[in-house]
Amino acid sequence: MKKKAISKNKLYSLIALLFVIGILGMLQANSAQYSYQISILERSAIYAVVAVSMNLLTGFTGLFSLGQAGFMAIGAYTVAILTIPADTRASVYYVDGIAPAIANLQCPFWLALILAGLFSAAIAAIIGIPVLRLKSDYLAIATLGFSEIIRAVISAPQLNKITNGSYGLKNIPAFPNLFVAFGLCGLCILLMVLLINSSYGRAFKALREDEVAAQAMGLNLFRYKELAFVISSFFTGVGGGLLAIYMRSIDSKTFSINLTYDILLIVVLGGIGSVTGSVIGAFLVTAGREWLRFFDNPLTIGGIDIPLFRSGFRMVIFSILLMAVVLFYRRGIMGSNEFSWEGLGRLIRSIPNKLKRKSKTQKGDNA
Amino acid sequence: MLKIENLKVNYGGIEAVKGVSFEVPDKTIVTLIGANGAGKSTTLRSIVGLVKPSAGSSITLDGEELIGLDTTQIVSKGIALVPEGRHVFPDMTVLENIKIGAYLRNDSLEDDINWVYTLFPRLKERSWQLSGTLSGGEQQMLAVARALMSHPRILMMDEPSLGLAPLIVKDLFSIIREINKKGVTVLLIEQNANMALHTADMGYVMETGRITLSGAGKELLADESVKAAYLGKKKN
Repeated sequence: MKKKAISKNKLYSLIALLFVIGILGMLQANSAQYSYQISILERSAIYAVVAVSMNLLTGFTGLFSLGQAGFMAIGAYTVAILTIPADTRASVYYVDGIAPAIANLQCPFWLALILAGLFSAAIAAIIGIPVLRLKSDYLAIATLGFSEIIRAVISAPQLNKITNGSYGLKNIPAFPNLFVAFGLCGLCILLMVLLINSSYGRAFKALREDEVAAQAMGLNLFRYKELAFVISSFFTGVGGGLLAIYMRSIDSKTFSINLTYDILLIVVLGGIGSVTGSVIGAFLVTAGREWLRFFDNPLTIGGIDIPLFRSGFRMVIFSILLMAVVLFYRRGIMGSNEFSWEGLGRLIRSIPNKLKRKSKTQKGDNA
Repeated sequence: MLKIENLKVNYGGIEAVKGVSFEVPDKTIVTLIGANGAGKSTTLRSIVGLVKPSAGSSITLDGEELIGLDTTQIVSKGIALVPEGRHVFPDMTVLENIKIGAYLRNDSLEDDINWVYTLFPRLKERSWQLSGTLSGGEQQMLAVARALMSHPRILMMDEPSLGLAPLIVKDLFSIIREINKKGVTVLLIEQNANMALHTADMGYVMETGRITLSGAGKELLADESVKAAYLGKKKN
């Protein structure tokens, strides 16, 4: 009986996967027509990778870090420097020229992404040693500072020959097609899910719940904190690299603290400690901002200009929606639960009951 | 045998443990009783390396010095601690909690999981429940079960009866005896002197950082000053 249920769920998942691939194929075939939708979806998927990697740290290991933008910057610049076609580099580094050491350094984008991850992981390993001695808010402030330092270093004129300082880098080759972009994001998230469900994931969670008890079980606290920090930074770096490929031109302002807040928003909205929550949050937040552009345009109904409808108003609406979500879903959309077909089934079955109850109370009000 | 000699621990100028010596022979139940602030928990925490004792102290397991090793190494030598106040992992299921107890082992857990489930049938029923939603008694049982999963030679418990109903305390102590019969040495810290001394082979009374009395469990129960201080009976 139980076996049957599992295979049924697998069948549903397979259908859902084929459906997604079908949609991607359709978008790919008409990429000129749907370029706006595609760009939103790609950005969402990349944010989902970074959000899940932040969740791995904040939600599953209980380390509140705000260094995401810094590690993304490291990843993005690594990918950019390694993938900009050598023959166009002169035009990119038009101010001070390019450092000879990196002038002809070029590799395929997948290798660049792996190197981006490894490079940010290495930096995380170094700064993790002092920083991970701190806890909660103090850790957040230290990593926040680190992130700003990275941004300042990247935009420093002294590094013009490597990072092109405040002029940014452009001509980064785009994804060859949609499937590569989504496939890479999916792969990163899958790897993190496998990690969370392994015995390492259990150790991370134990650390989050109770450090004293975790230590009494023989867990080496520092080793696991460092491990979580390094792995999370690896995927954040890869996410930054993906963002660079997606945006095709980057500069240090892209990686300001606002980027970290966006990711934090996604994690909190989706549910701290839920991978599916982070993925849903990434798509909702990224797409939501675009849908709400409607509020930025002046609106005239019956010859009357409706006030407030002007550029910038959508962010007001967006913030109000966020507050509403946080008030009504205290623990985010998914809480710390993961998506399951049973859960979806329960939700759908419960809708008629909720409606019934609602109509009952309304009747009661009338009487 | 676990041997503690001249253990001294300072917390920033205050000497919490002032030269304590005692022995925990293999396969026995030894209890440390005493009032709040006597230094019992500090003693336990120094044994597992969570607190660093002052120079001159010595804690040896079969002649091997434990001071200076980190907690992971000490736990891997077969000493498990059930910390005071249970400390289960609240947002993990009962089964996950039990599995994390076996964290330092690489062999199959099946038999041991079954064993702790027979010791605590209640946990088996609740195996998929989040531990934070268990009652206090069940959480204590889970904490003991979790500690047993590391296959300890020595199980150390810090006030397991804290906040539990008398009937549950009785159950818990009978399980402690059962665990001991399987060959596990038990070092028990308790304020419930009556239960602890009835269960233990050997007892030590701690007061303000020192051991003031020691003897077989039954002897201490009969001791007039113990009766007066811990068992609520008037001196005649």
